Amino acid sequence: MGLILAILIQGVQMVLVLALAPGLVGFTRKVKARLLRRQGPSVLQPYRDLLRLVRKEAVLADNASWLFRNAPYLIFATTWVAAALVPTFAAGLHFSWAADLIAITALLGSARFFLALAGMDIGTAFGGIGSSREMLFATLAEPAMIMIVFTVALVAGSTQLSTVAEFMVHHSTLRVSLGLALIGLIIVALTENARVPVDNPATHLELTMVHEAMVLEYSGRHLAVIELAAALKLLLYISLIACIFVPWGMASQDDGVLGMLVGVVTWVGKLTVGGFLMVLFETAIAKMRVFRVPEFVGGALMLGFLGTLLLFVSRSF
Amino acid sequence: MPIAAALLSVAGLAGVAVVATILAAQRRAWATPIVYGASLILAAVLLMCGLLALLGGSAFQGAVHLPVGLPWIGAYFALDPLSAAFLVIVDFGAVVASFYAIGYGAHEEEPGRVLPFFPAFLAGMNLVVLSADAFGFLVAWEFMSLSSWALVMAHHHDAENRRAGYVYLLMASFGTLMLLLAFGLLAGPDGDYAFSAIRTAHHVPWLAGLVLVLMLLGAGSKAGLVPLHVWLPLAHPAAPSHVSALMSGVMTKVAVYGFIRVVFDLAGEPAWWWAVLVLILGSGSAVLGVLHAVLQRDLKRLLAYSTVENVGIIFIGLGLGLAFKTNDMTGAAALAVAASIFHAFNHSLFKSLLFFGAGNVLTGTGERDIEKLGGLVHRMPETAYLFLGGCLAISALPPLNGFVSEWLILQAILLSPDVPQWALRFLIPASGAMLALAAALAAACFVRAFGITFLSRPRSPAAETAHEVSRWQIRAMYALLIICLIAGVFPGPFLDALSPVSQMLVSGAMPKQPILPHLSIIPISESRSSYSGFLVFFFILMASWAAIRVIHNFASRAVRRAPPWDCGFPDASPVTQYTADSFAQPIRRVFGPIAFRAKVSQTMPPPGDMAPARLTLSLRDLVWEFIYEPLESVVLYAAERLNILQFLTIRSYLSLVFAALVLLLVLVATWA
Repeated sequence: MGLILAILIQGVQMVLVLALAPGLVGFTRKVKARLLRRQGPSVLQPYRDLLRLVRKEAVLADNASWLFRNAPYLIFATTWVAAALVPTFAAGLHFSWAADLIAITALLGSARFFLALAGMDIGTAFGGIGSSREMLFATLAEPAMIMIVFTVALVAGSTQLSTVAEFMVHHSTLRVSLGLALIGLIIVALTENARVPVDNPATHLELTMVHEAMVLEYSGRHLAVIELAAALKLLLYISLIACIFVPWGMASQDDGVLGMLVGVVTWVGKLTVGGFLMVLFETAIAKMRVFRVPEFVGGALMLGFLGTLLLFVSRSF
Repeated sequence: MPIAAALLSVAGLAGVAVVATILAAQRRAWATPIVYGASLILAAVLLMCGLLALLGGSAFQGAVHLPVGLPWIGAYFALDPLSAAFLVIVDFGAVVASFYAIGYGAHEEEPGRVLPFFPAFLAGMNLVVLSADAFGFLVAWEFMSLSSWALVMAHHHDAENRRAGYVYLLMASFGTLMLLLAFGLLAGPDGDYAFSAIRTAHHVPWLAGLVLVLMLLGAGSKAGLVPLHVWLPLAHPAAPSHVSALMSGVMTKVAVYGFIRVVFDLAGEPAWWWAVLVLILGSGSAVLGVLHAVLQRDLKRLLAYSTVENVGIIFIGLGLGLAFKTNDMTGAAALAVAASIFHAFNHSLFKSLLFFGAGNVLTGTGERDIEKLGGLVHRMPETAYLFLGGCLAISALPPLNGFVSEWLILQAILLSPDVPQWALRFLIPASGAMLALAAALAAACFVRAFGITFLSRPRSPAAETAHEVSRWQIRAMYALLIICLIAGVFPGPFLDALSPVSQMLVSGAMPKQPILPHLSIIPISESRSSYSGFLVFFFILMASWAAIRVIHNFASRAVRRAPPWDCGFPDASPVTQYTADSFAQPIRRVFGPIAFRAKVSQTMPPPGDMAPARLTLSLRDLVWEFIYEPLESVVLYAAERLNILQFLTIRSYLSLVFAALVLLLVLVATWA
């Protein structure tokens, strides 16, 4: 009975991240529009877009290969699994031991690998430019992420996110290293999600674009799945920051239905605040030139490294 | 007794080499399948011996003493957990390479230059792993070097290959010289060459340190540690592809074996600064190797540089192992050593897979330059599929095996703040950063390698008319990919199999990996970290299957083919695509100025002038410039000075001989 319940809660988590991800994107777009004094589309617009896209026929380029057709599903699946492994409304879910934070980072790396390959499949200049830049950013963002993981893991004594969250709830103190890790993680999150100082999620046909250039040849259900994966990734990063740095309100495995409900409500609240802060930052800052981005992401790498190094010097930092 | 069977098989391989020489001299067409088939069977026997000795416990291990070799010493051979583990790595690669070669060898223009040396090379590598005395080890090592040198020189009509062979020969002789000195120091003035005697002897700390340095130079040059790697990207691609796979995937592991054998097993207690040296060389190799790889246009050279990277990763693990061992942190040391040997095994799998893929591309198109390839996914679908698997594995992406071993090394790094030495405390997180950077760059490198070679549109007629290759080649690659997947999804049994090795090297072992209920691996304890490759794999499969089913059943499964969109301006010419160089340009721009002193200069003609604009790029290989070129000039200078020795009178020669004798006697008198 306990096992069935545990698996059920894990299933709820998987469905919930999937269901809320487009809503989060819709919410950020709405807030952005309001901050720019526009009316903006409804919060539900991404759901409608996805529904419309999956119903359309997929137009494939003449020379598209099997990789191009299957990559969207793999990208979606790896991102979804990664998102489902981040504690959102409850810690210590049944499958949370299946992968730690390093594995979650690597799962997102798998998704990126397929996305970059899909961008190169048709053989257009746009796809190539997108893939090439995406991989460049990843070469700095991924080690930065690993260094941030190190910092967090050295503080909490574990790379398991559930354990980290529980540690942070009970033993959290203000630490220099965690501050550095937080700033680094925000930079990585902005880079990985192709947000404003790095990339612009709202535009097409700009030579600065990265993510949009890779998916240019996609249409119909393939595009829908990729968009959904991108939304999941945004949700994942905000949940991740919340789980490590503001884990309060998260239910644990033993809590009853009420505790779980409280967990869900606080999690949605955290998502809202996180999305709002991100949009506020985006609105206040201009997009960077592509070759300034390595300095920006390299900053995250340095912060993460510094955090780790401080902890190697003394555990009390 | 596996050891007896193993030695008989090695003798058999030597016999096959002799038979192959005769057959090749008679130019028999059926010699190729016979020789490779025989090598396959003998390597399979050796693989079985290795597996038995590794999994069966001490009942299947053992040592023998044969009255061959030096008359008053004889030859010692032993099969202990360490040599068994590496016997498995060597012979799994050998079995698959022999199988692949039955198909690939049919395209060989001069089989007589390959066939005799292939079984000899296998025999040499096996003998290195099996021998248990310094003399036998060195003879086997040199045998392995020379037979592989002959294979590098198989296509000697190409001037580039001749140069590769020359550089390889120089570096191999240098390496063996260093090993000779290392074993000389270990054996001491009494000169007992058996490993069992060396192990029990007391070693003076500074002499043991010197042994470590000599081993880093000797085994490190064979493994491809920066800055001793220069021969590797020249020689590995020059050999036929199945031999490249063996050299990159397996021979570098034999070098790693030599290093582990001496440093962990024979040289006594390590000092903490050993770890510093190993970690610096390892992290330097990891990052420099992959930075070189990401800029290469030659597919096989790219793979060779990536070998340098992976050897660097293995040495980072070994460095951690030394750091923990010297501080008596046995659990952590066992984790680091097991992770590093597991990575050696994994690398032997996926590097062979990738070299076989490169061999298929070479068979199918005749091209190694990726700028002239493209679109092979349509014409060589199975090769593409298999090569992609290798790329995923080597880029350390879950759920494949490369990720598991790198994850374990990262977990070992997380245990290191308890190390008391300050130098190590600063160095270990830096190596962690380097490892993560290398892994991320490897992903970029292999997106580029696969994307430019197999995806996009064909860039040359050769790529347009490519054809799929023989079933032997494809099946060998399937075998490798399946093992890669199994090792990634069920790593637990593999780690359990390595526990006698870590028990032997650092007298500690990783916790026994539970088979059920979680199928996950646990490096130290469950609360710290765990990873279940099976569940991750299963979830990815289920999630993508569910997505496909839901969308196809409830939404749309219609597909229409149309010309590419490309923002409305598709250009039919394949030159408008991104090339390998343009793909690497951003990475070159970010890392190039530091690693290669990269300089780009443009000359633009003034407006109205019809002259072409020019872009020149200069990349400098700093290792060549700062180490090898000065060394070369010193050697040339010394050679010129010493030239007079050739024109002396007989009296001067005799007095020189006398002086040398006196010097040596004085040396012996003072040492003893």
